[in-house]
Amino acid sequence: MQGIIEKVTELLDNGTVDRVLAWKAGEFSYDRTPAVFDKESGLYGLVYDSFCVNNLSKYLIEESKKDGKVLVLMKPCDSYGLNMLIKEHRVDREKIYVLGVPCKCKVSVDKIKATGLTGILDIVEEGNDIKVTTVYGDTTLDRKDVLCDKCMVCKDKVVVVYDEKIESDETAGIEKLDRMAEVEALEAMTPDERFNFWRSQLSKCIRCNACRNVCPICSCTKCVFDNDNTGISSKANVDSFEENMFHIVRAYHVAGRCTDCGECSRVCPQNIPLHLLNRKFIKEMNELYGTYQAGTDAEAKDPLTAFTKEDAEPSVIYNR
Amino acid sequence: MLKFTSDQMSTLFSAISAMKTLYVPVEKGGEVTFGVWSETEKVRLDALKTVKSAKDLFFPQAETMMGFKMEGKNIEIQVPEEKMDEFVVFGVRACDAKSFEVLDNVFLAEPVDTYYALRRKSGIVICAACTRPEESCFCNVFGIDATAPAGDIVTWTVDGTLYWEAKTEKGEAFTAQLSEYLAEATAEEEAAVAAQNEAVKAIIAKLPYANLKVDGFTGDRMMEYFNSPKWAELYQACLGCGTCTFVCPTCQCYDIRDYDTGHGIQRYRCWDSCMYSEFTKMAGGQPRLTQLERFRQRFMHKLLYYPMNNNGLFSCVGCGRCVNKCPISMNIAKVIKALGDE
Amino acid sequence: MMSEITREDMHIPKIGIVREIIQETPDVKTFRINAPDGSPLFDHMPGQCAMISVPGVGEGMFSIPSSPTNREYMEFSIKMCGCLTSWLHSMEPGQMVTVRGPLGNHFPVENEFIGKDILVIGGGIGIAPVRSVVKYMLDHRQDYGRIDVVYGARSKEDLVYYEEMSKEWPKVPNTYVHLTIDREQEGWDGPVGFVPNYVKELNFPTDKTVIMCGPPIMIKFTLAGLMELGFQKEQVYTTMELRMKCGIGKCGRCNIGSKYVCKDGPVFRFDELDELPNEY
Repeated sequence: MQGIIEKVTELLDNGTVDRVLAWKAGEFSYDRTPAVFDKESGLYGLVYDSFCVNNLSKYLIEESKKDGKVLVLMKPCDSYGLNMLIKEHRVDREKIYVLGVPCKCKVSVDKIKATGLTGILDIVEEGNDIKVTTVYGDTTLDRKDVLCDKCMVCKDKVVVVYDEKIESDETAGIEKLDRMAEVEALEAMTPDERFNFWRSQLSKCIRCNACRNVCPICSCTKCVFDNDNTGISSKANVDSFEENMFHIVRAYHVAGRCTDCGECSRVCPQNIPLHLLNRKFIKEMNELYGTYQAGTDAEAKDPLTAFTKEDAEPSVIYNR
Repeated sequence: MLKFTSDQMSTLFSAISAMKTLYVPVEKGGEVTFGVWSETEKVRLDALKTVKSAKDLFFPQAETMMGFKMEGKNIEIQVPEEKMDEFVVFGVRACDAKSFEVLDNVFLAEPVDTYYALRRKSGIVICAACTRPEESCFCNVFGIDATAPAGDIVTWTVDGTLYWEAKTEKGEAFTAQLSEYLAEATAEEEAAVAAQNEAVKAIIAKLPYANLKVDGFTGDRMMEYFNSPKWAELYQACLGCGTCTFVCPTCQCYDIRDYDTGHGIQRYRCWDSCMYSEFTKMAGGQPRLTQLERFRQRFMHKLLYYPMNNNGLFSCVGCGRCVNKCPISMNIAKVIKALGDE
Repeated sequence: MMSEITREDMHIPKIGIVREIIQETPDVKTFRINAPDGSPLFDHMPGQCAMISVPGVGEGMFSIPSSPTNREYMEFSIKMCGCLTSWLHSMEPGQMVTVRGPLGNHFPVENEFIGKDILVIGGGIGIAPVRSVVKYMLDHRQDYGRIDVVYGARSKEDLVYYEEMSKEWPKVPNTYVHLTIDREQEGWDGPVGFVPNYVKELNFPTDKTVIMCGPPIMIKFTLAGLMELGFQKEQVYTTMELRMKCGIGKCGRCNIGSKYVCKDGPVFRFDELDELPNEY
């Protein structure tokens, strides 16, 4: 954290950058809001800790339209999203200074609360201990037990696009879970079971559009679901068809482009495991066209846009 | 004060549901929502806050308002029934109960919204006093007592026993129907309820938002707040999603749309959000072009515009759902703090 | 147990039948509508609006340009500009539409306007909402002082109610109509130029009450011109339009600050608007 502040101050002071996109500490010890800092505002409130979970890459669409250069603190997993935005010409790379920051996996306050803790007044992290003070008493949790789901299947801790990197050898010290295990569990279900699973999940959807709005890949200037004239209500599930359709259309649209950053599931107020739709596509594409990770670089064509005559025909392959 | 004589809530629920449709907080797909009670549902009375508030029962996210039959040049309007089965909602917290007053001021003001009015008339609200408030709660800021909710009936749970008090005529009448399950509470028991309420209030006083100040939000200062430079900072990270709006018990903006069923036109209404870019879009332009303006609208409405039209009553009940659910952790409490006099 | 209510709800429209359609200009038509039994759909006051809908196509808020004194039918003058209005323009007489109203407030014709000299300023289709006031005042001519109507459009063909304004209104005592068009054209020997300039040229005495409606740019410059002439904002009324759905101050989208255009408006005085956020 101190190293980050020093580096950011240096780059602001020597005029390399004009603004800093980072996280701001909130009212509680765990709420972090993406925020832009500059010389005038100072860096008061800027924080980088285990609760800085938001993917900042999407904010660069608007930030890189402004005058001057913006420095962004870039976590490893979020940097894949930035590469996609660069590849799809959604951001102006020239106006962005990427300061890669290390990540030893983020802590989920929802998981802390799920242990039964409530009325949280303070959370202090000491090594592997998460010390929680609540109005009802104090508890210490093991950090490993309250990490964000998306961090449990994290990609390698490598910032894939950066101008400068701050290194750290701290790790979460966890054994990563198999990223495709949840998808395989769904595949193992009968069609009816799977249908019922998705109905029970998608019927919770309140159409707040948070999943779409947070997604760095959902970068259309105007989303089809925001078009009044489509005949789609876009803000209420008038029938079960529509609540399925929104998420399925979105999954198709980000297929081959989704970096699996997990923000969609994190922001869902109903905790719908939306990442599983995207991950299913990733698994299919890996099997059919070879392992591919969207956002590893800003050049390679993704499997669905790079057609070759040798490409597998999914229906043929799966019938063999 | 009465008390429920069994320690099995299901006894009470099955008695109620034998008479009327009963909604209770149930777990669906891992989240708690108000749903119809049955033996097989997983009841979650321990959950402090349902994801969607209880407003969904009176002002549902989507509802059909009327139908139209179109034939040549003729139109026939099909108006929905004027009757509705009475229903009971059990487990409404003080914040949500207060939200009904906020909604009443809109929907029951002339000209009355009969869709809402019928549901309000049909619904019996049984509240549950809070026992375990959390850090996102700040109902006290709006003068709400979490241990004395405004329902037809109020219940308190102390050491596994449910205490019961009817607060309205409707509540009295319904209590009478359940008399075989209820008995007078002793003075000692009443004292235990009072003691628990005091303990809960003491907890609330210790919560981080307990001392938010809203006195400064008065109509004469509307333009001062509207023009505050703070909005530019506050809205900055807003994703423009509708989460805060849709989990909010007092947000009541709606859209009216037509749907062609193939056999006629259904006109339905659904929740809408002032955070959405097309909320105020017209053929000729858009009065709130930027997310800053849309963000400001939501909070100006809750803290200034609504109170100006409703004798100073704020359109926020401090339930804290937005505090818990906003993807970027921006919420009305932070807005109050930033804009407030403190 | 069932509970009951009477389903009298302003969301639920009435059926209206389009009896007559008048082509006013190339893109404006006036529709004469009344109830299926030939009676008026409802009573209204000048400046009030109604929601007209073709189910499945859309619903829109339109001002009522006819006078409340007309008991035969209600008129709506509608410019073709979107999905619903195109549909309405393609209608033939006998077509049913749905109508909800009356909605909103009205011009204070029965109090503040009494005995005053009235200056009505309109531009383009903006003449529709104020025509109701003029018609009402002409029907109660003795209650008001001198009436001046300044109206401008792009061309002579675009002047809505041209016949009525150029032939009928000037015949009424102490009533003057000043028409202007944007550019010179054959067959027009009247004044040429934009409304704001024309109003300034006419150099009205400043003791008049002004009613103004038109495109935002016209309103802006005309108001500035009136201020230059010495008028006060307290004297100038206008009628607003924002996106509306419910029309009864509940759905939450047409507010300007704490006021709803559909319920507290559409008629506002400029000094009232000055006290509200500039979101319109």
